[in-house]
This record gives sequence, structure tokens and C-alpha cells, in this order.
Amino acid sequence: MAKVMMYKRFERLWHWSQAFLIISMLITGFEIHGTLTLFGFEQAVDLHITFAWTLIGLWIFAIFWHLTTGEWKQYIPSSANKLMAMAKYYGVDIFLGGGHPFHKTREHKLNPLQRMAYLSLHVLISPAVWLSGLLYLFYTSWDAWGLGWLSLGAIALIHTAAAFAMLTFLVAHLYLAITTSKEPFGYVKAMITGYEEE
Amino acid sequence: MLRIARCLKNSNPGLLSLVCFLLVCLPLASATAAVEKQSNSTADHTKFEELQQEFDSAPEVTKACLGCHTEASKQIHKTTHWNWKFTHPATNQELGKKKVVNSFCGSIITNYARCTSCHIGYGWKDDSFDFASEVNVDCLACHDTTDTYRKFPTDAGHPAYVDKPFPPKKGKIWKAPDLTHVAQNVGKTRRQNCGNCHFLGGGGDGVKHGDLDSSMYNPSKELDVHMGVDGLNFVCTECHTTDGHDVKGSRYTTVAKDTHGIDIPGRDDESRATCESCHGLKPHTETINNKINDHTDKVACQTCHIPYYAKGGIPSKTWWDWSTAGRMDADGKHIKKKDENGYVTYVTKKGSFEWGENLIPEYDWLSGDIRYQELDQKLDPNAIVPINTFNGSYDDPDARIWPFKIMRGKQPYDKGNNTLVITHLFGKDSEAYWKSFDWNRAIKAAMDAAGADYSGEYGFIETTYHWPLSHMVAPKAEALGCDSCHSRDGRLANLTGFYMPGRDRNELLDIIGWLAVLGTLGGVSLHGLARIAMRGRRKD
Repeated sequence: MAKVMMYKRFERLWHWSQAFLIISMLITGFEIHGTLTLFGFEQAVDLHITFAWTLIGLWIFAIFWHLTTGEWKQYIPSSANKLMAMAKYYGVDIFLGGGHPFHKTREHKLNPLQRMAYLSLHVLISPAVWLSGLLYLFYTSWDAWGLGWLSLGAIALIHTAAAFAMLTFLVAHLYLAITTSKEPFGYVKAMITGYEEE
Repeated sequence: MLRIARCLKNSNPGLLSLVCFLLVCLPLASATAAVEKQSNSTADHTKFEELQQEFDSAPEVTKACLGCHTEASKQIHKTTHWNWKFTHPATNQELGKKKVVNSFCGSIITNYARCTSCHIGYGWKDDSFDFASEVNVDCLACHDTTDTYRKFPTDAGHPAYVDKPFPPKKGKIWKAPDLTHVAQNVGKTRRQNCGNCHFLGGGGDGVKHGDLDSSMYNPSKELDVHMGVDGLNFVCTECHTTDGHDVKGSRYTTVAKDTHGIDIPGRDDESRATCESCHGLKPHTETINNKINDHTDKVACQTCHIPYYAKGGIPSKTWWDWSTAGRMDADGKHIKKKDENGYVTYVTKKGSFEWGENLIPEYDWLSGDIRYQELDQKLDPNAIVPINTFNGSYDDPDARIWPFKIMRGKQPYDKGNNTLVITHLFGKDSEAYWKSFDWNRAIKAAMDAAGADYSGEYGFIETTYHWPLSHMVAPKAEALGCDSCHSRDGRLANLTGFYMPGRDRNELLDIIGWLAVLGTLGGVSLHGLARIAMRGRRKD
């Protein structure tokens, strides 16, 4: 099996800067939420806002990249049967052996479960974070925007719920990304160098 | 005392260095103050013919003033400083010292000659005072620059005309000012002029306001960043601008939220009594995080910029319990007690006190619409009675969170009618409480004089009195940080009706959220362990 350029330069840059920004925003966000004390409230807010605008900028590039390269098709959901096959693999075969039901290629990087998980991340969790976060940031402008009926408590609730979903995703993602490759840290290496066996 | 201890305990290390800094700076500061500012006035009053005379009384000085300043008394006659009467434009309540029942000495009624030692007039010794008299306006109280002119404490606004003992029987002599010298040295109003009444209100230094006391005569900029003699050296009228002798910035009509912003001379109303008048509506440098400017819609500048009050070394009275007044010692003599700081905690004439220094303000929503408990207004005898109340909440667009000194104490009330009462304290007659120590007679005398109904049965009731804080503004480095409020048990822990990040959370969401996160973590851990355990049996 030959090593191919699985993750292009922009994709890797996007992945790792997004990883840094999301983890940093989880930390500063939970400090603002009152869960932990690290930077102090003011600096936590400074960082959270700075990271948020950076991630928005990154996302604009990423959306453009997905659309122009056609990479967005990677997230088209698979059939239920294929999902069940993946579930069976993680539930049974990964313990007993029996091989991965899907072959990873440059054109099909994501297995059916990943397709579903990343699609949920991109169209559900992330937009919930963005929308509630931007509303949170600009709450003094609500009246001017005709949104005076919103309540900060409700927006904060949505933002916090989305943050918990993101953190939950991150835990599962880290487990699968770090431990399920054939060689230890195989996927991590691939995401750094770009090369992976096809 | 507990409160002081709590303050010191909670204070940052900055407070200690502040104290040290003050100790080093005070001599410097007084040296600066000692350098007399050259007057740039076009008039030298020592050269005025009208003032080359011996004055037998203070009204004669006023008569001389009016010879040139023909309209001065007419202007004064229109002011609250003269009338001690204020009709609130929003509530139509009749307020002012003439009307308000407070929790200090109650009311001026029947106590005139003592209370009116702070009136800008001469001779208001009973309710027959002529408010149309021009010569009875006291020009000197506000325009003396010699610091020798003081109104005698019990002469209805007159200064002493001969040296005489005060307090009586204490062996101290109150010097009569040289009125000719004072008249020839009049000038612009300084901190000393305002302070002689406003710093000492309520019967002593720091009693009423928590943010105004004698430490503000010559404050350092650490104490008040605007008025510091080693800094901007503002006098009171820098912000409390006057228009025809009418001084802006009355507490009865506190502008809780100034949406107008910077007041440009000639174009605006010439009032600089709000922070926004000079600092504008977006006072902080805009960065990517503009949240501090965003706060100006709901949080008054004072809330963050006056982190402590009574911080100039003078304590402020926080508790005054009249119910314990009247006790004598075994010899039938008056009692006076002091605590370990030397603060007076009991006097026979006034009851028990508590004091505090470096106090943390209490916070509440304020829209500026302050109301007072009136003499004929019913009260709830089973509750703490607020002397003043005000509108304001998170949902009120005109309200902001303000810092307050809350004066607490116990004062007499009418048990039969469930109303507040006023008391005849001061006077040579036997009805006066400070002569007879008989509350019933003192209350009846004052209520009769006010034309108010008294059932004849009195009790004592606990009251609160909110004093919004606007002075002792700290240098910006000392302003409160975000964590002071945005924390689980911060300074605004008691305010309700709104969501505040860092303080508030939905506990159910937090439980569900952490269950999801930890559940996933547990799930993948078990999954990983199972994979390790099954490694040997796996057919790869």
C-alpha cells in the first residue's frame, strides 16, 4: 500500500488551528462560565473574543476551500446499512478482530460514522456556538436589531449547551483519533505530515 | 467593626501599599496645598470702600455685598440651599430638609437654631423666618477664603460675634471671626466652603455621606482622583456647576443614567454633575473586547470606580440606634463610650452608633426616581422601614446599578398610627428631649409644631436610608476588576432578575452537560480497556 497525500496543507492548517482555538475557547469559556479559574475573568473574556474572531476568519477560508475543492462532498451521509456496519465494527469487531469495514482513500477519507459525526459538528454544534456566541457578544445591540425580546439567560444556555456538546465530541474524537489507527498515533502523524497509507 | 475587619481581610495587597503611599505623600500634598494660587480675579476686595468698615453682624456684610452684587440674594432665594424645599419634578413629593424625615436627627422642625447653623442664611430660628429677606443671605459661608469664618453651631446660621465656649462646659473657645478681614477676602467657592456643611452633615464628620468627610478638604489623588491636591485638584464646583447660584447635582434628582454624554460649554446645559458630562458615553479605550464600554448601559461609572468608601481615614457612621438614648451613669451624669479605635459608640443624648472605614458599598438598581417616607405615610411595623426608596430594575431602561452607603438604625415611630415621627431634640425648653429625656413630650412637641397627628404611643423601628455614592473615585488602577462581580459570590450576588456570566448558570444544564462529557469519557475508557483486555484473543 502506498502512502498518499491524504490531508492537504490547508486542511492540516485548518485542523490544527481549529483544534487549538476550540480547546482554548473551551478553557476560557468555562472560566467565563465560572467553572474554573485560570486567567481571571477579564483576560478570559479578552482571549475568548480574540479566539472567536480568529476562528470565524478561519472558517470563512475553510468554507471557501470546501466549496472550491469539492471536499464538502466528504460529508454527504452514508446509508443506514453502512452506519450499522460501522457500529458493528466499533461494538464487536474491534475487540475480536475482523478488519475495518471501510477502505480509506483520498476520495473517501471519512467512514460513515465520521461523515455523520462531522456533518453534525458542522451543521448543528458549530452553528449553535456561532449564532449564540455572536448574539452573546452583541447583546447590547439587540434592541437596535429588533431582537429585544431575546433573553441573555436563554442565549447563554444555548451557548453553554453547545459548548458541552463540543467538549463531548472532542473526548470521543480524541479517543478514536489517537487509539484506533493501526500503528500508534498513526492518524495523528497523518494529520501532521499529510501522508497516510491508502 | 466586623465590617472593617472584613474589608481589610478582603482588601488586596494594593490597599496596604496605598496606605503606605499616603503616609509618604501626605506631607508632600499639604506642601502643595500650602502654595497659594494667585488670584486672577479683576476685583481686589481689600480695596473696596464698602468693605473698609467694622461689621457688627454678618447681615451687615451681606448688605455691603449687595451694594455691588445687586442680584445675588434674589438668585439665592430661588435655590434649594436657601429654601431647603424641593418639589420632585417626577413624583411631586415635597422634599428638602424642611420636609424630609431622616434617620439622623429626624427633622429640622422645632430644632431650627441647631440645624440651621448649616443654612445659607442668618436667623432661621423658628418657622417665622423671612425667606424674602435679602440681607439674611449668608454670602460668606460659600465665599470665605480665609478659613476663619465658621457659623456658630447653635445660633441659627450666625457666626459667633464674640469668642465664646463651645461645646458648652468643655473649656474650648469658639473664636469669633474678624468679619472685615473675611469680607475683604472673599473669593470663589472652595472645597472648604462646601465641606464645612456637607462633610460634617448629620451632626459630625462622616456621619451622613460615606463618600464626603473632612479627609476631602485636601484629599490625595489616591483618595479622590479628581479632587486630589497632588493631581487635578478639583473643587466641588468643577462638577457641581452653578447657574445663577443654583448648584447642579442634587441627590433628590440623581441622574442615574446620563445618555447625553459630554456637555459642551455654550451648547449644552452647562451641568457637569455626571461622569458622562466629561468622560462621554464610551469612556474606555476600545479594543477587540469592548465589553467594559458595553456595561455603561446597565452599570453606573461609580459602581466600578468607587470600590471602597470612607477610605480617607475618617470613619462613616453606619448604625444609629436612638432607642438606647437617655441612659445615665450611677451619678446621673451623661455617658459617653468609645471603641478601641476611638470612635464614639454611645452618647446619652443620641444613643448607640457603629462606624466603619474602607467600606464596601452595597448595590442596587437606581433610575433616579427617589421617594421618601413622608410623615403622614403609613409604615409596616413588622418590617424594616426604608426612609427612601427608588425605582429601578434590570428591565428598566433608565436604571443602572449604583453603589450606596446604606445608613441603618432605629428611630422613634408612632405605634398607634404606624407612621414615622419627628422629635424636638434641641432647645432650652423642658419639652426638648435633650433637656427632659422624655420621648413622649419631645415627639408631641415636634408633631404639634408640624401639624401632624400623634397617637401618644411611641416605639422604635429599624430604618434604612440609601445614600448614592459619587465621590472618593479611585485612580483607574484601583477600579474594580470583572471578577468582583462576575463570580459566584461577587459584589452583585444579591441583585436578581438578570443573567450575569460568571455568577449565574443553569444547574440542570451543567449536570446534563458534565454527565455527557464524563459519560463519554467513561465510555471510551471502558472501550479502550476492553480492547486492551481482548488483545490476546484478537485475530488480526
